[in-house]
Amino acid sequence: MSIKSIDPRITRENLSEEPDQNPIKELNHWQTYEVFHQTKKGDHHIHVGSLHAPNAEMALILAKEQYARRYECVNIWVVKSANIFSSDYDDEDIFETTPEKMYREAGGYKVMEKINKYKKERKGV
Amino acid sequence: MYGGGYIFEESKNGKSEAEDTEKLERFESKIAAGEKIEPSDWMPAEYRKQLIRMIEQHAHSEIIGALPEGTWITRAPGFRRKLALMAKVQDEVGHAQLLYSAAETLGKPREDMINDLITGKSKYSNVFNYPAVTWADTAIIAWLIDAGAIINQVANSKGSYGPYCRALERICVEESFHLKYGHDNVVFLATGTPKQREMVQEALIRWWPPIMHFFGPSDKISVHTETLMRWKVKMASNDDMRQKFLDMYVPKIWELGLTIPDPLLKKNETTGQWVYTEPDWQEFKKVINGDGPCNKERLAVRRNAEEKGEWVRRALQRKDERYTVPLA
Repeated sequence: MSIKSIDPRITRENLSEEPDQNPIKELNHWQTYEVFHQTKKGDHHIHVGSLHAPNAEMALILAKEQYARRYECVNIWVVKSANIFSSDYDDEDIFETTPEKMYREAGGYKVMEKINKYKKERKGV
Repeated sequence: MYGGGYIFEESKNGKSEAEDTEKLERFESKIAAGEKIEPSDWMPAEYRKQLIRMIEQHAHSEIIGALPEGTWITRAPGFRRKLALMAKVQDEVGHAQLLYSAAETLGKPREDMINDLITGKSKYSNVFNYPAVTWADTAIIAWLIDAGAIINQVANSKGSYGPYCRALERICVEESFHLKYGHDNVVFLATGTPKQREMVQEALIRWWPPIMHFFGPSDKISVHTETLMRWKVKMASNDDMRQKFLDMYVPKIWELGLTIPDPLLKKNETTGQWVYTEPDWQEFKKVINGDGPCNKERLAVRRNAEEKGEWVRRALQRKDERYTVPLA
């Protein structure tokens, strides 16, 4: 039995009602890429998601269609998912640090008191 | 569009497999604290399984949902409507891509999901097993089915799985265009010629039962979902979402002077709840199990696209590639 549709173009295709016995094979939908976009020149590129593509050029074309068809975007990067190295959430403690880190901040260095004291003492000379 | 009325598998309260209690406790306390779970985090096997199932169903619904509207692109009344409908249908297919990627991060390759769809193993939203008989049907779909989908998706975007939430946030922004476009389309017909009014009224009558089915069976009869709700996989009960939909959209339908084909439909002002005729859940079950007006056609069309495109994809495929699970 072939499909009878209210859309004549579908009826004309003579589609079979029976499911296909040959499932598609692994990688028929290609490799995965991660996509980064830049919404404005001067901004950082930001990760927006991933997609499937056979090569980097196609990944760029598909990334434009998928992630930049509506909102402002001036530049896209695509990177093979396989080429990204990331830290592990299980190792979150690598970001833990001593609570007191004023020695590496600008606010940790105050000199005016010493300068004023020095000026005052010098006046006295 | 189009997530709604997911079919969850019966589980023994999430305890189908023995889990490391300490890890499970940490996992649950993270979720309770509002933290997101990321792909590389530890998660119970049941959580992974139900999420794959739900996100995959959602992705299939977007793909199949593009078909009833897609057939109307060539016959859209006028250039502006054609442009808008093309944009909407492209968005739906794009949503499917985002959702397939989110499901893939849980470990099911895309090819497996597509195979499960085209062999009829996976489910998708039941509403798309009904035909869009006239142009007015596409207007009703774009307005009211998308409205239902937004209620469901906004709730789900506050769920616990990071990649799914991020995809949904993107999707919801585009859905709001679909909803406005659909409303504009319905208002245009409802305030137009008598023939146009008749068309949109008939479409509403055809689509009301599927719309009432959209959020899935009543909580009284559906699979127990307490664990899924605690894990923030399912974010709202089917009945609550249906009530919210009625509350937001029945007044907007009535203000256009259109008739909803349910004589019992009214709001109980003391309880704030809508009263309605219980949807025909036997019909819902029958259609979702394959015996609806368009089930066979939808899958055959999708299968055809897959078969016709296969040689192109194979020609571009590199033999030395290995599949990598997308990161996020």
